[in-house]
Amino acid sequence: MIVANRKPFEEIVELVKAYKSILLLGCNECVTVCAAGGAKEVAVLASELRMHREKEGQPIEVKEHVLERNCDPEYVVSLAPIIGDAEAILSMACGCGIQFVGEHYRQMRVLPAVNTTFDGVAEEQGVWAERCLGCGNCILDKTLGVCPVTRCAKSLFNGPCGGSHGGKCEVSDETPCGWQLIVDRYKEMNMLDKYMEIQPLKNWSTSRDGGPRKRVREDLKL
Amino acid sequence: MSASNLEKVLKGGNFAVTSECGPPRGADAEVVSKKGSYLKGYVDGVNVTDNQTSVVRMSSIAAAVLLKQMGFDPIMQMVCRDRNRIALQSDLLGAAALGLDNVLCLSGDHQKFGDHPTAKNVFDIDSMQLIQTIKQLRDEGRFLGGEEVKGRPDMFIGCAENPFADPFEIRAMRLAKKAACGAQFVQTQCIFNVPKFEKWMEMVRDLGVHEKIYILAGVTPCKSIGMARYMQKSVPGMDVPEELITRLKGVPKENVAEEGIKICVETIEQMRAIKGVAGVHIMAIEWEQKVAGIVEAAKLYPRPAI
Ligand code: SF4
Ligand code: SF4
Repeated sequence: MIVANRKPFEEIVELVKAYKSILLLGCNECVTVCAAGGAKEVAVLASELRMHREKEGQPIEVKEHVLERNCDPEYVVSLAPIIGDAEAILSMACGCGIQFVGEHYRQMRVLPAVNTTFDGVAEEQGVWAERCLGCGNCILDKTLGVCPVTRCAKSLFNGPCGGSHGGKCEVSDETPCGWQLIVDRYKEMNMLDKYMEIQPLKNWSTSRDGGPRKRVREDLKL
Repeated sequence: MSASNLEKVLKGGNFAVTSECGPPRGADAEVVSKKGSYLKGYVDGVNVTDNQTSVVRMSSIAAAVLLKQMGFDPIMQMVCRDRNRIALQSDLLGAAALGLDNVLCLSGDHQKFGDHPTAKNVFDIDSMQLIQTIKQLRDEGRFLGGEEVKGRPDMFIGCAENPFADPFEIRAMRLAKKAACGAQFVQTQCIFNVPKFEKWMEMVRDLGVHEKIYILAGVTPCKSIGMARYMQKSVPGMDVPEELITRLKGVPKENVAEEGIKICVETIEQMRAIKGVAGVHIMAIEWEQKVAGIVEAAKLYPRPAI
């Protein structure tokens, strides 16, 4: 899932300072699962904003709405009547959703209420961590299911750097060393010899380095 | 064979001595010549660090050229953190054109530790792929993109290894991999834990890697108890045993630095006795003036004239 994190309240207050009426928009997909921008978070932020502006003597009208998906035109087009006379949309969807709504309602300002952070998993209740950078050419077969591009802070392909210590990355004691995890997998599977394979230079053109990417399935087009 | 003095010294079967010169945090060439003057005649090659610990300094190419003009055989370090394959290859050609004969390939410390922690890093390729790249340019005369190199860079290729980092069980294999990529010499992380280094060397010998690559053991004199403690606690992948600190604590305060140097000389002597160790790399961090004394005390002076 895409993991996001709500922006600090003061920053959000600043973003909507000029408006008296906004639509606060959530999303029922990833940001709901990672508790950043679902119905619950929309309700909380809406009341925080109303209370704050009331106290400031500048009340704001906050309309709440949660779309099934902000990244799918089928749902996005249904927003028109809901926007009504709102002066701006404050979105708690991920960066994709925020942009996509903006593309459909070009006269509106669509403002980000979350920082979109990474593609990851829920490691445990309340803990999310990054797993994939979408490099466009997956090599998880070679590293037995641990991604060196994402989980090594230096995206090293041929083994751990000299800073790996006690299973942790040199960058932080909170971060597992991706290469320790890979070597652990080699050992678990009795395949330590596989470490000796030299990984060639990566073709980054399938990654973001090749420019913004697009996928087309002709057979699915209408 | 390249024009590298270090390569000749090693191939001639001599126990090699290298040291290090960190470029200044400014454009003052004097700083380089001053640091260099402490080392003159006492080393076979001198490493020039590349924005070490991600702190901005004079470029390693420029500082290496300044040292070359003083008669040194510089070992230009190159990290993968700040340059992609285009810039790395280009700088390599430039370095060779300026007369530099040694290059040391590193992945590079993460920028988080430096003075520009908000920077974007590159890591287009890793240190092993950099070794392969240089070897390809030199031996095959082809760029990574496949085009012909007109005027091949003739470099003696080095790398680093940290026998004290984790996971320990692959640290000898990692050196074997670097040798297979084309590295001809390696300088290790500072050795304070000699038994652990010996264990690593045993693993290296079991793989036969000591016959494929010249191994230069890294040593560092401890200036103070504070420095030893700092390296023990705060430098990832550094192994400073408590006994070393106890020994430094055991001498009167004014003798600590001298004791640190004594330990360093003893370590060099221990290294000379280990099968497969071809030399030492003395990293006297901001203490270059002590290198000459250490080399003399270790009876490694004079250096072979080639
Ligand atoms: S190799 Fe690429 S696609 Fe596969 S997990 Fe890593 S970043 Fe994602
Ligand atoms: S410590 Fe491990 S994860 Fe961190 S940069 Fe080094 S190899 Fe990569």
